[in-house]
Order: sequence, then C-alpha cells, then structure tokens
Amino acid sequence: MWIYFGRRLILAILVVVIAVTLLNAMLHLVPGDPAVMILGPRATPELIEAFRVRMGLDQPFHVQMATFFWRLLQGDMGTDVFTGRSVAAIVLEQLPFTLTLIAVSILWAAALGIPLGCFSAIRRNSLLDKVTGLLSVSVISIPAFVMALYALLIFAVELKWLPAIGAGEGFLDSLEHLILPAFTVGVSWVGYMARIVRASMLEVLGETHVRMARAFGLTERRIVFGYALPIAILPTVTLLGVGVAYLVSAAVFAEVIFARPGVGALIVEAVDSRNYPIVLGCVLVTTALFVLATLVSDLVNALLDPRARESL
Amino acid sequence: MAGAASPPESAAEGSVLEVSGLSLDFGSPRGRIHALRNVSLSVPRGRIVGVVGESGCGKSSLAYAIMGLLAANGEVTDGRLLFEGRDLLKLDQRELRAIRGQRLSMVFQDPMTALNPVRRIGELMTDIQYRSGRSPAEMRRRATEMLERVGIPDAESRLAAYPHHFSGGMRQRICIAMALLVEPALLIADEPTTALDATLEVQIVHLLKNLQRELGCSVLFVSHHLGTVAELCDDVVVMYAGEVVESGPVREIFHRPSHPYTQALFACDPGRIKQATRNLPTIPGELPDLVEPPSGCIFKDRCPERFEPCDRLKPPAYAAGEGHRAACHLLSPCRPLGSGPAGEGAR
Ligand SMILES: Nc1ncnc2c1ncn2[C@@H]1O[C@H](COP(=O)(O)OP(=O)(O)O)[C@@H](O)[C@H]1O
Ligand code: SF4
Ligand SMILES: [Mg+2]
Repeated sequence: MWIYFGRRLILAILVVVIAVTLLNAMLHLVPGDPAVMILGPRATPELIEAFRVRMGLDQPFHVQMATFFWRLLQGDMGTDVFTGRSVAAIVLEQLPFTLTLIAVSILWAAALGIPLGCFSAIRRNSLLDKVTGLLSVSVISIPAFVMALYALLIFAVELKWLPAIGAGEGFLDSLEHLILPAFTVGVSWVGYMARIVRASMLEVLGETHVRMARAFGLTERRIVFGYALPIAILPTVTLLGVGVAYLVSAAVFAEVIFARPGVGALIVEAVDSRNYPIVLGCVLVTTALFVLATLVSDLVNALLDPRARESL
Repeated sequence: MAGAASPPESAAEGSVLEVSGLSLDFGSPRGRIHALRNVSLSVPRGRIVGVVGESGCGKSSLAYAIMGLLAANGEVTDGRLLFEGRDLLKLDQRELRAIRGQRLSMVFQDPMTALNPVRRIGELMTDIQYRSGRSPAEMRRRATEMLERVGIPDAESRLAAYPHHFSGGMRQRICIAMALLVEPALLIADEPTTALDATLEVQIVHLLKNLQRELGCSVLFVSHHLGTVAELCDDVVVMYAGEVVESGPVREIFHRPSHPYTQALFACDPGRIKQATRNLPTIPGELPDLVEPPSGCIFKDRCPERFEPCDRLKPPAYAAGEGHRAACHLLSPCRPLGSGPAGEGAR
C-alpha cells in the first residue's frame, strides 16, 4: 500500500517535471520575445536586456527550468510579468471555473453514458442500442470546438435560449452559463462511455460466473447491477482517469469560445502574450490535475475490485 | 433433507428428470449445427447418472439445455425435458428461474471462472438463498455449515474472503457447497473435475458421492472420463456426436460394453477405474460434421466393426442386458451370425 503510494508519488513528480519542461521548451521555440511584447516595439535594447535579466530569460533554458522547480519547492510559482501578482494566486483564482466545468461535464456524461451502455448491452440490437450506437459514433467524430461553435450559434445566438458568454453570477445564473460549455465538453464522452460500458458489459455478461448466477435463479437485475456492472465499469473508470487530460483540452476550447474565465482561457491568453510564468503555472496545475485524476481512478478501481485493492 | 416441499410426482416411476427425444441446434455461419439429436435419458430419484463421451459430443449442451441456459445461438428444436413432472421447455423465464437455484442447481467445469471475482464467498452464498425467507444470520450459518461439510477449513472466517484467495480445488468445493446449499432435487455437474489435477479429482468425486448420499438428491454427472464415472455413478449414458449410443447400469456397461464406441473408449482408457489419467481418450478418426450428420450409424466412420446396414440404416436402441441398451446393428436380434465383415470401415 505505502509502496504503491510512494511509487505513485515519484511517478507523479516525474510526469510533472517532464510535462512542464517539455511544454516550456515548446513555448520557447515559438518566435516572439516577451520583453519586446511587453515593452513595445520602441523599447531601447538596454531596457529590453534589463527586463530579460529580471525575468531570468538571459539564462540558458535548463537553468531557467531548474530555477523554476527550485522556487516551486519553496512554494513559489513565480510572478506575473505584467501585473507582478503571484502566479499561484492568478491560477488558483481561475481554477474553480475549470474544475466546475470539467466536473459537471464528466458527471452528466457518466450519468447518461453508463446507463445507456448498460441498457444497450442488455437489450442488444434493440432500437435503443442502435440509436445509441449511431449517435455515439457521430458525436465522437465531431471535434469539441466544432460542437462548441454550433451549440453557441444554435442555442445562444439563434434560439437565444441560453446565455452565450461569460460564467454568470450567483448560483442559478452560473448554472445557466454552464449548460452550453458543459454540454459541448461532455457530449462526446457520453458516446465514449456508452460504447465502452456496452462492450465490457457484453463481455462480462458472457462470463461463466454470470451463467452461474443465472443457474442459481438470481434476478436479471441483481445479475446486471450486482454481478456484472462492478466489473464492467472498471475500464471506464480507468478511461476517465486518463481522459481528464483530454477534458482539459476540451475545456480550453469551451472557455475560449464561450468567453468563460478559467485556466484554459488564462493559458491561451498567456501563450499569446508570451507570459511564461503564467503559462508554466497553468501547465503545472493541469498536469497535477491529470496525475491526481489517474490516482483517483486507481483508487476507485481498487474500491470496486478486490484484486486491484490487494495489489496496491 | 431435500424435497421438504413435496414436488408434483413425476409420471415416470420415480424419475426426477426425463429427457425424451431432445434435439437442439446452434446457429453458425456454416449452417445449423445439430448438436443434439433425439437424446433420451432419465435420472431416477436419488441416483447418480453419468454422461460420458469425448469432448464436443454435446454433454455441456445437454446440461445447459436442462438448465435453460443455452447460448443465444442455441435452440431446442424437439423433445421434452420433464423435471419433477413439468416440461422445462414449456416454462417461461420466470417459472424457470423459480426452479433454478431451488430444485435444480449446477456445478461448472472451470472453478477459476465460475465465481464472481468482486463478491465475497459469504455474499455469493447468501445471495443464492434470497428466496429462502431466512434471516441473514441464518443464511450465513448455513453457508458456514456447508463450507465445513465440503472441507473448507476455518469456514466462518473464510466467508469474508474473495474467490481469488482460494485454489482451484477449494473453489470447486465452494461451487459444490453452493450447489448443494439450495437443497436441489437434481444437481447437474458438468465435468467438475476436468480442470483439477488427479488427486483433487479423486477427492472431489468422493466428496460428491458422500454429500449426495447424505442429502439424497439426484446427480447428472457429466464427464469424459470413464474411471470417474465408474467410481461415482449408478447409471451411465454414453454419448457420441450428439446422440446417445449406449446406456445402462454402471456394472452392465463396464462388464459388457456393447457399443463399439464404448468399447473404443475403454480401449483408450486402460487404467479404467483406479488410475485417473489426465489425457482425453483418443480414438482414431474425428467426430463427424454436425452441420450435416451422416446418414446411417453416427459412429460408422470410426467403427472397426462397420458392416453392411451401418451406412443405410440408423441403428435403433437394442436391448443389451438388464436395463442396458445400445444403438448398434451388431445387437440386432435378426442379424445372421458372422455377417459383419469386421474392420471394413475401420482404420
Ligand atoms: N454456442 C455454440 N455455438 C455453436 N456451436 C456450439 C456452441 N456450443 C457448442 N457448440 C457445438 O456443439 C457441439 C457440442 O458441444 P458441447 O456441448 O460443448 O460438447 P461437450 O461438452 O461434450 O464437449 C460441438 O460441436 C460444439 O462445437
Ligand atoms: S451400427 Fe455399425 S457402424 Fe455403428 S457402431 Fe454398430 S457396427 Fe459400428
Ligand atoms: Mg463440455
């Protein structure tokens, strides 16, 4: 158990270091100097040089990264180039918006996708199964940003049923503002989950222990929900853990298109202005989120499956 | 102990199960596989009937047909399955479910996959008593008692264990405990020892025999192993390629095997009763194609004694002794002596 957590922690640190370094390297490959961007095209070379030294940009890349992680160890994520505010404060301010969006998207997708998958498996080749299958494939093959654009055009601009942009204020208003983004982020996951739950459900329902349960006259309901689902759900839980990375990218699109605050909107803006400290802070937080999500999915798996629990 | 609620008496004298004229097909891309054709057998009350035959001859299909658990592509096309006087084939799913796990239960071939991996043994064993009206404590007490009876040490604390905590032999004991816990009138055991090693096989067979005596239930014991059948069963049904070729009391079959297929099974199983060999009996040749079963005798392609009528006529079940029947032209009462050019069709 402790060995498991130790190993997970080391792995998590490695993932964070590698991901943050890689992304930062990519950012440096993009042409454009933050000093020039901030100080304007008419800044003197001396001014620019002074600014670069202040930001540590005069240092070689590996020294910059080492400094970043060293400060991070001391709980300092850096300061914003423009405002001088602490990056941690800025990112944490935006984080709840993104977390809410991801959580709501995944929850509604799971609440719909898992039962759909179950029933498609039980009533195989029924109308429900066929419609679900067709819709799943169509929805999965539409990119999230296309979905977001269309949703925006249809429901907000054309029909005016729902607000188009912003996050709203107060609970009800926020909820209303959440509907379209959460719909676009979650909708392809309904399809994914329905397909995966269906496939693993069909597999489990064909296993001998299910036949044995039937041989003992257990009710179909008991068999499906008590005997098969806890096993059939395991691949979906793993998928969800890994899928949080994709959800973050879908959330970025949604935040940009719906002009919502959030880490996604923040990162796009920061990349645009070569605001390295903010970009690093966002990447750090989303990577940590990803690591956390896989950990949670492992723990949920362990909760459901005694074999996984004991191998922890 | 078994049969506390007196079931409707069977029409046939004291038979728990009467299979008559059972035929079933499996749909397949190549056409319909006629897996069972006109199979008849009966399981008398309190007796153990063995079903033997090579792998692929339809033993499991028979067991699943009785349980009503055929694969989705399987379909019974003809026959009757009289269980305690009621035709199982005429019951709907709800009525069948009322019988399964109360009057009828089953032990599967592979104990490694038969138990749900995410439920504790105690849960599995109380789940199956859900219709008994007993309190949870009482259900657990009975489960513990039955586990002790099948030889699980420290049974009470093992209720909290998961199936993967047990070895294959122990898991099969648990499966047997579950199957007998519901006090069935008939237990179907589909090769319960095939997945186990030889010493375990002997132990499980003795366990089954003792428990059957104590509980007084009937058993339909499926095996491809004659030695095991000899040890355990009262009656034997020999199946070949989806047909019953010989049936009768165990000592009749063992002292006077009358069908060439049964004789071939013996020839391939020299250890016969005592030595439990792991190897499948191998007889030269292959099972016929069940999509288009050959006309005449089903065994003719591999039969060393094939003679003139075997190609044309399907042999009926001739009497071969006391309660002993075999479907072979050699037993025809009107067969002139020495007319069979033996070995013609044999290899
Ligand atoms: N679900 C199925 N679909 C198609 N064919 C099957 C199916 N189950 C069994 N069969 C065929 O039916 C025949 C009998 O199989 P089975 O009852 O499993 O034999 P046994 O238990 O004696 O080994 C075999 O030819 C097998 O290939
Ligand atoms: S009927 Fe003919 S072919 Fe069939 S078993 Fe008897 S002798 Fe052999
Ligand atoms: Mg079989």
